[in-house]
Amino acid sequence: MKKQLLSMNVNDETIEVAVEASASLLEVLRDELGYIGVKEGCSEGACGACTVLMDGRPVRSCLTLALEAEGSSITTIEGLASGGQLHPIQQAFVDRGAVQCGFCTPGMILSAKALLDHNPNPSDEEIKDALAGNFCRCTGYAKILDAVCSLRPASSSKPGR
Amino acid sequence: MLPNFKYVRPGSVEEAIDHLTSEGARVHAGGTDLLGCLRDNVFGALKVVSINALDDLRGIRQTPDRGVRIGALATITQVENHELINERYKGLAMGASEVASPQLRNQGTIGGNICQKPRCWYYRGEFHCIRKGGNLCYAFGGENQFHCIFGSDKKCCIVHPSDIAPALVAFDARVRVSGHKGDRLVPIEKFYVLPGEDVERETVLEAGEIVTEIILPPIIEGTRSSYRKVRARRSWDFALAGVALALVLKGGKVESGRVVLSGAAPVPWRSHTVEKVIIGQKLDSKTITRAAETAVHNAEPLAKNSYKIPLFKAIIEEELTKIAIG
Repeated sequence: MKKQLLSMNVNDETIEVAVEASASLLEVLRDELGYIGVKEGCSEGACGACTVLMDGRPVRSCLTLALEAEGSSITTIEGLASGGQLHPIQQAFVDRGAVQCGFCTPGMILSAKALLDHNPNPSDEEIKDALAGNFCRCTGYAKILDAVCSLRPASSSKPGR
Repeated sequence: MLPNFKYVRPGSVEEAIDHLTSEGARVHAGGTDLLGCLRDNVFGALKVVSINALDDLRGIRQTPDRGVRIGALATITQVENHELINERYKGLAMGASEVASPQLRNQGTIGGNICQKPRCWYYRGEFHCIRKGGNLCYAFGGENQFHCIFGSDKKCCIVHPSDIAPALVAFDARVRVSGHKGDRLVPIEKFYVLPGEDVERETVLEAGEIVTEIILPPIIEGTRSSYRKVRARRSWDFALAGVALALVLKGGKVESGRVVLSGAAPVPWRSHTVEKVIIGQKLDSKTITRAAETAVHNAEPLAKNSYKIPLFKAIIEEELTKIAIG
């Protein structure tokens, strides 16, 4: 079937790409455009590894048709660091040992970013709710929670649980 | 990779309906259930009709009679956070907040949520079950721990997966259905189809028809509402058992209202038996205990889901107690 033209903004860059109607946003970002920080996990919307921000909101790119991204702004993990400097959330994940195998990390960080962008001082409960759609099979979540908690203004080093 | 299909994004409801009457066309709103079904090969699609350019179907606003109109494309997040809904239809906001994960709530729409396909693993898996046109429901004699305890009609024992639909039934919402022959407003209770009526469909939607909006009636003074969901996994999951309440309390007594169960039946299950016990009564502990007992009286648990009986009793008792306290 004929490809259709998709125009979107990815990490502040305007991109036009011809895609199959049935291609998911995940497939286009990874396979056509090389944003391999977007991970394919379960392919059914359960694990959150494919999370990207669409107009600032976290979505499952595996359950999004690429053509549905027409005209929107997408942020992938590649869009966070700037000038060779990690984004503060990325740095906090490194500093707090919140990364093990790393497969869930891009999605986890993007969900955390969406939370902190509109709620810079979330409660522990709000952090858990915001990250509820991102599964991690290594860390046991404690250090991930610790990393996000450390980004609250005047945070103490330990999350209160 | 999904099997390929044609993709169209019509600019009007009429155009969308035209597209949807063509062979193998499927409607796309949030897309989260559609893509899952296509990937699992539950059904195919020759044409995907995205209704996301139909801005008229967005938004949540008060109607002239002080009810609320929710556009079919309102996302679950928007329903969850909307001021009017939180203020007057708390049980609906609570239901929305219990749906799936933050990502899916950002994508999923209320129209899509009430039209969800069942999550039964035989239906989603490689079984040509009765709901897909086969002869047999594999869950009756199989792995049925997440299946229904009411309303199977001995044909198919799915549960309806929505957390929002039970709250909408509790509030007596109506669904606007648009198609070639025009619009019709369907009380949401009549929107769903039991296996005994037609085992191959979940809703009354005909080919070429779509949900365009949901209308909540004005709230009656003294209404108290809630939604409670129990799931196997704290982070996110479908309901093992749930209850939506919308009760009108006057002078300490339940004047009217509805009790609707989720995770219980192939449709959002209105518990007329509980309603009968509590309406006209004070919500004291005796009435509440009797209501909880009555709720599961004529339940028909399967081999692996009888745990739902004490679960429903407990949550109905707890939620009625909370409503009584106010």
